[in-house]
Amino acid sequence: MPVIEKNGDTIWHRRTTKQSLAHSAMWLVGLAIFAYCWQQISNATTWFFVWDAPRIASDIWTRATPPKWEYISQLGRPIWDTLNIATLGTLIALCLAVPVAFLAARNTTPSALFIRPVALLIIVSTRSINSLIWALLLIAIIGPGVFAGVVAIAIRSIGFCAKLLYEAIEEIDEVQVEAITATGASRWQVMAYGIVPQILPAFAGIAVFRWDINIRESTVLGLVGAGGIGLQLSASLNVLAWPQVSLILLVILAAVVISEWVSAKVRGAII
Amino acid sequence: MSTELEAVLGKTWKRPPFISNQLLRRGLALAFVAYLIAAYLTIDINWSRVYEGLDRGAQFALAFTNPDFTSRASDIWGGLLESVIITVAASVVGILISIPIGLGAARNIAPLPVYLICRGIVAISRALQEIIVAILLVAIFGFGPLAGFLTLSFATIGFLSKLLAEDIESMDRVQAEAIKASGARWAQWINYGVQPQVMPRLVGLSIYRVDINFRESAILGLVGAGGIGATLNTAFDRYEYDTAAAILILIIVVVMALEYISGIVRARVQ
Repeated sequence: MPVIEKNGDTIWHRRTTKQSLAHSAMWLVGLAIFAYCWQQISNATTWFFVWDAPRIASDIWTRATPPKWEYISQLGRPIWDTLNIATLGTLIALCLAVPVAFLAARNTTPSALFIRPVALLIIVSTRSINSLIWALLLIAIIGPGVFAGVVAIAIRSIGFCAKLLYEAIEEIDEVQVEAITATGASRWQVMAYGIVPQILPAFAGIAVFRWDINIRESTVLGLVGAGGIGLQLSASLNVLAWPQVSLILLVILAAVVISEWVSAKVRGAII
Repeated sequence: MSTELEAVLGKTWKRPPFISNQLLRRGLALAFVAYLIAAYLTIDINWSRVYEGLDRGAQFALAFTNPDFTSRASDIWGGLLESVIITVAASVVGILISIPIGLGAARNIAPLPVYLICRGIVAISRALQEIIVAILLVAIFGFGPLAGFLTLSFATIGFLSKLLAEDIESMDRVQAEAIKASGARWAQWINYGVQPQVMPRLVGLSIYRVDINFRESAILGLVGAGGIGATLNTAFDRYEYDTAAAILILIIVVVMALEYISGIVRARVQ
């Protein structure tokens, strides 16, 4: 127990002297790193603009209010496109994520030595790259438009869904699988009757959760030209039409809140 | 024999459906098919353009086997360093600010007015996406990493405060009460009664957030908020797929390294 003798009394402390020294040293190193980072950021900043920021902010605020409400008539189609990008992207991602997840889970993979690392690589590489970057890439390859957005969202979601799904597969109850195997079921029958029923609730939860995230992400995909309401946002920003920008931001906010509400309701019903 | 069993005997077993209400099940399926048709009809895919693009897609895939780290080396490393700097600074500031807000957003230790204010901050931060915040902050503070730093700090607050508050709300009251009964002041109560209970999860979540912040910092450059995104965007615009592939590989490697480190740290604190 870390105690310190002082004037004949033993006093309890959280750490021994050595531990607390190491602790302080760690904090010092952390502080130095942070100071360095802050200095770099500060060097790259034009401080004149920062001191001017409150004036600019209030200027933008007066230009942006009130929102141009009648512009909403032109936002119907972009919102529909955004919804399509998110929904179709999620569906494609789920179709692709299921086989990847089964190949990546330790208890269902056909080969832990060769196939599992490949599946894990697919998961990590699709997950670590943001959907905006995937969209940039796809626009360069297949041209701007809603389709590029759908594919970008789909690729980005594979890793996320497959990761959560393979963790669910690894946590299944092996007893049920064994019971189905004992009836003489084939490999596919074991999968259909022993494994799938156990992960179906998790699967539905993941699907709705990812759909919610995808609605958020698809609202900004248009900034790089991949369709949806982001296109209107970037067009309005380019011509500095701040009343339109504020309306679009409100619409995006509403879409995010509604999708979160829907996903919470559905997940509540499933689990 | 009960009538229930008699009704079942002699019939083949059928797998029970996922949604037991038949009307709801059929209705959902029908609505879903109708939606798919409507969605498919409104997306105009230019297949000839896609077909032309396959060539470039193949080129890009090939570029991954031969990434070019050298010809734009200074841009790549400068951008990557700036991304890392933004990530570190934003994570530190975000975590520091989110701890008091997380304490305030926990109903069991904060009074109602504080609770409502903190929950409001969390809700605003979570509803606004990073890239939109970045656009606004670039418009206000000018181009550069400061806007990116502020964006990620702001996003970190929403994420971490919410999860921290939920963790505090589900903590064990008995330990906190024991500390209070020993006559501890409020700060001591938080430090010895609450903090040890939530610390492992806080550390785990913080490291996870660092990981997210790095991934997000890679796109901030698209709107001028600093980091490697600007370099990546330029590489795509110039169709320099080998440089783009190099940048993407670097991002993936850093994310993998962060995930590895976070695994080790989380195993140690739990």
